[in-house]
Amino acid sequence: MPIETSYVAAHGPTHRRWWIPTAAVGTCVAMLLGSMVGTAGPTWWRVPLALLDHLPLISLDSGVSARDWTIVWELRMPRVVLAALVGAMLSLSGASYQGVFRNSLVDPYLLGVAAGAGLGATLVFALGRAETSGWIIDPLPLAAFIGGLAAVAVTYMVGVSFGAPKSAASLVLAGVAVTSLATAVQTFILQRNNDVIRQVYSWILGRLSSATWSDVWLVLPYVIVSSVTLLIHRRLLDIMRVGELEASAIGASVNRIRIIVVIAATLGTSAVVAVSGLIGFVGIIVPHAVRLLVGASYRSVIPITIFAGASFLVLADIPGRVLQDPAETPIGIVTAFFGAPFFLILLRSRQVTK
Amino acid sequence: MTSLHFDNVSVSYGSHRALAGFSNTVRPGEWLCLIGPNGAGKSSLLRSIAGLVKHTGDIRVDGSPLQFRSAKRRAQLVAYVPQSPVIPGDMRVREYVVLGRNPYISHFGQETRHDWDLVDGVLERLDLADLGSRHMAELSGGEQQRVVIARAIAQDAPILLLDEPTNSLDIGHQQRALELVDLLRREHGLTVVSAMHDLTLAGLYSDRLTLLHQGYVVSTGTASEVLRAETLAEFYGVSASVHLSHDGTVVVVPQRKKGGNGGD
Repeated sequence: MPIETSYVAAHGPTHRRWWIPTAAVGTCVAMLLGSMVGTAGPTWWRVPLALLDHLPLISLDSGVSARDWTIVWELRMPRVVLAALVGAMLSLSGASYQGVFRNSLVDPYLLGVAAGAGLGATLVFALGRAETSGWIIDPLPLAAFIGGLAAVAVTYMVGVSFGAPKSAASLVLAGVAVTSLATAVQTFILQRNNDVIRQVYSWILGRLSSATWSDVWLVLPYVIVSSVTLLIHRRLLDIMRVGELEASAIGASVNRIRIIVVIAATLGTSAVVAVSGLIGFVGIIVPHAVRLLVGASYRSVIPITIFAGASFLVLADIPGRVLQDPAETPIGIVTAFFGAPFFLILLRSRQVTK
Repeated sequence: MTSLHFDNVSVSYGSHRALAGFSNTVRPGEWLCLIGPNGAGKSSLLRSIAGLVKHTGDIRVDGSPLQFRSAKRRAQLVAYVPQSPVIPGDMRVREYVVLGRNPYISHFGQETRHDWDLVDGVLERLDLADLGSRHMAELSGGEQQRVVIARAIAQDAPILLLDEPTNSLDIGHQQRALELVDLLRREHGLTVVSAMHDLTLAGLYSDRLTLLHQGYVVSTGTASEVLRAETLAEFYGVSASVHLSHDGTVVVVPQRKKGGNGGD
């Protein structure tokens, strides 16, 4: 369709057409790689064949035994899919918070969302996780959501009312304070409830390793609702880049946009934090890497970040599975290992450009 | 063409009254220029028209009050160029100008082909077509100013508000920016309200001047009526001579105070 092609080239935002399909293919490749690596299970090159064999209408001899297929499908795949969902959601939330607060240094962790969600989830553990097993709606993501939303609300109010106006640092500092408070309360609760410490700690460090399909089904609705909402708001996030005053002058309802985006990002973040534990730095590394590649427009950054975040976390989960001696390396440690230096470089480059 | 009517418009920030009981009527296609020392209330008046500050009193566009309009509908009527616009340095020029189409796009919508076509038309007319895919940070101050005006034009509103549009520009770019506004005013039949510091330029381009001082109107009329040496001395505390050149331009020339040591 030559007309369509020239239309997009001339009318759409720049550099957009090939990035999304490329990113989607990249995510598929990363997930395939993720499903091929592991200590037990079939020879790596047989895994794609086995997956093809299980597609409808395709039948071929993959040479994978039923036991090995169980390892691939029941152990590896939920972990890979969950990593993809968590990575996509944390990255997308990070990009959205950065857009709505006009602050490239914030992410779900620095704003205190993760700590608030962690506190909410800890309360569920302390009050008796076992009792909730029969409930129709699992209270864990909801408690995490309420905790996360409360934390980001406090961070925002403190950062805006006490900090210097338009200061990027005051919001981050407020987030640090809220995080410390939430973590302190969490520690206090854990001290009073020794019996759940192990549960909560394995949860804090990330428990992708024990992921099951039910974890995937638990977060999927939240991730979909949150992602669709944020995708719809990508044009409005670009408007927010000219500041509150000018955004209002061109007819944008700044407060409505801010509230919707924060609620959507917090909902998604809390849900994934509730199943995967605290995995840091993803929300800051991935959006910035995407900006370097495709430019800063949220019209491109938002959709591409979803795929890039999914790929990143699936790949970051692989070393943790290979470095198994004596115990598996939690993914939060792998992301922090890459993320902390990245954050420092980001800080430095901001200083230089200023 | 669209008229703009003010009836007893006041703006307060806390207990500080920035604008007190402003009443005026701007005729369709007219250019009204607000002058006055810093803190006179010029920006407050412009912001109250754009709906960015709370005000009392009535502002009417073609007879119908503005304060009951939604933010979008207001932005379809009034385009505002702020004093120091926020320039997102890593945004491309076309992406920036298309933001001006927001009043015509629903909350959940995206720009249509018509919006992008219109943006390209505006860039073409403002001699910015070559800069479309450049980043805002790569532009000179004068180019950035033109791009900000382009965004306001893309808004397709009959009323254009300019807060110190020539603030940071050299004399050549000042003239070019004001010529551009004047050209657009005549091409589109825009009604223009601007705040300006350069009194000679204010008198040269606008149809009518209003001098504000501490929120109150002290003088309003043509350049030769408002720009008088004794008025300027009283309200700006400036010693200036005012000349009328042969083509009718009122020229304000600051003078050094006699006996001053120049270091003051």
